[in-house]
Amino acid sequence: MSAGGVPAIDGAVKAHFPLLERSVHGRPIVYLDSAASSQKPAAVLDAMDDYYRTVNANVHRGAYEIAAAATEMMEQARADVARFISAPSADEIVFTKNATEAMNLVARSWGGSNLGPADAIVLTEMEHHANIVPWHILAAERGFEIRWIPITHDGRLDLTDLDRLLDGAKLLSVTAMSNVLGTLNPIGRLAAAAHDAGALISVDASQYVPHLPTDVGELGADFMVFTGHKMCGPTGVGVLWARMELLDAMPPFLGGGEMILDVTKEGFRPNTVPHKFEAGTPPIAEIVGLGAAVRYLEGLGMDAVRAHEVSLTGYALRTLTDRHGDDITVHGPSEPAQRGGVLSFVYRDVHPHDISQVLDQSGVCVRAGHHCAKPLMRCLGVTATTRASLYVYNDTSDVDSLAEALDEVGALFGR
Amino acid sequence: MAGLEDLYREIILDHYRNPRHRGELECPPAHRSEGFNPLCGDEVVLTFEMDGDTVTDLRVGGYGCSISQASASMMSAAVIGKSVSEIRNLTRAFKAMMSIHEESIGGDGSEALDGASDAASANDGALRLGDLEALRGVVKFPVRIKCATLGWNALATGLDETVGAS
Repeated sequence: MSAGGVPAIDGAVKAHFPLLERSVHGRPIVYLDSAASSQKPAAVLDAMDDYYRTVNANVHRGAYEIAAAATEMMEQARADVARFISAPSADEIVFTKNATEAMNLVARSWGGSNLGPADAIVLTEMEHHANIVPWHILAAERGFEIRWIPITHDGRLDLTDLDRLLDGAKLLSVTAMSNVLGTLNPIGRLAAAAHDAGALISVDASQYVPHLPTDVGELGADFMVFTGHKMCGPTGVGVLWARMELLDAMPPFLGGGEMILDVTKEGFRPNTVPHKFEAGTPPIAEIVGLGAAVRYLEGLGMDAVRAHEVSLTGYALRTLTDRHGDDITVHGPSEPAQRGGVLSFVYRDVHPHDISQVLDQSGVCVRAGHHCAKPLMRCLGVTATTRASLYVYNDTSDVDSLAEALDEVGALFGR
Repeated sequence: MAGLEDLYREIILDHYRNPRHRGELECPPAHRSEGFNPLCGDEVVLTFEMDGDTVTDLRVGGYGCSISQASASMMSAAVIGKSVSEIRNLTRAFKAMMSIHEESIGGDGSEALDGASDAASANDGALRLGDLEALRGVVKFPVRIKCATLGWNALATGLDETVGAS
């Protein structure tokens, strides 16, 4: 138990993840790329395997036993996800294929019927391309203005001109936690400011929901998107949550089976929420897996997950700086309590591709590149960074392996 | 298993640390061509001067990883003073060396290398890649092939635009 009475996350957690038993290039794997995709615990793999082996049938409209069981498992997962983010109703949970599709749904369906040439929306310079490009595409069609909240030198939002930027805007769409800098943005304050200005707020919580206790009401969000595969779940399933009155008023996104009440030669009547937004056979096994992932994380306790990551992030910042001093610069806030476990860094003048290539030989998996955030890269004055990201299964030995493997980079590329 | 020594040969690191023909020529009279790798944001900017059919000078600008920078540096040393057709043959031979057969991905890459040698010699029996042979190990790291070919593709595009496609 930790000091706060929260059950601590210990070394036993790593053993829940079968992949972490493997080696790479003859070395035990050190997986530090969970911001891109997390590993999956046996509980999730087993749930999906059991589903395919014992239940598999298409959902809804089947009277036979296993079809009813498949429907029940999918709807149970919807209830699990709703509980996990404290959503008022499971019907407000729309399953998509990933967070990107969920964001496109918001842009197409809500934006497509609410934004015109006289309108404006507000984004930030630290957004992932998934929260930029759908708006660019829509703006090219409908001619609204996109405004940008700038960032400060230490990687936070510069809110000096927030009220002016929000003046007359219809939507603020912002990440809850930067996938590059780890910065936790003040969503509560942003939501209040947006609502005061008469705007809605859409939250990209892809890096937030997997790592922090989440309550959509407390955040003040109107829309929130996240993805399954970054939170111990499978790829192929994402989530849009929105307030029911918004979902009710929005037109369908994709057309097809399941999203209708009636179809005639003249037209169609859309189904009720959430089915209105779930055209076609959904990724049933993946939704079942996401439900299992949610229950797995609840078993660990999200307070414990957050406490573990704050502690490990602090350890990582200290260890990297102690060992590499001026050779390393870690972007983003320096205070672990104000950030997540995403560490983008520059090491000497070595290119991120070369760093990640050398680290790979030690079994250390990190990401190199622009992390789908090119406007942010331009703000930081770099073309790419190396990014190590932490999750429940990481421990101090993983951080030590990273710090040691960087010595090899220095030895090879030292001038 | 491919080791780092296959990728980061000493001659490659030397070209990375001490890039040849670094800089930019005034355009015009020089011609300009850019190569861009959207995956990593790496960029190479080539400026080159022609006298008739010969590339008389070439400078390399831009930024990128050790492989893209070293490959462009080695390319600059290999092509200055050569005719367009000689450069095109060299480019074909180099890109053949950088091509990888699907079945050899995950293997040790030796089949691909043999195939590349065949292709290179088939294109021009007398052609010698020289120092460029040091980049042969890159095919064992398929993700990095685009880094090695960035400068070559930019030069091929630049020559096509300047003298017309072959």
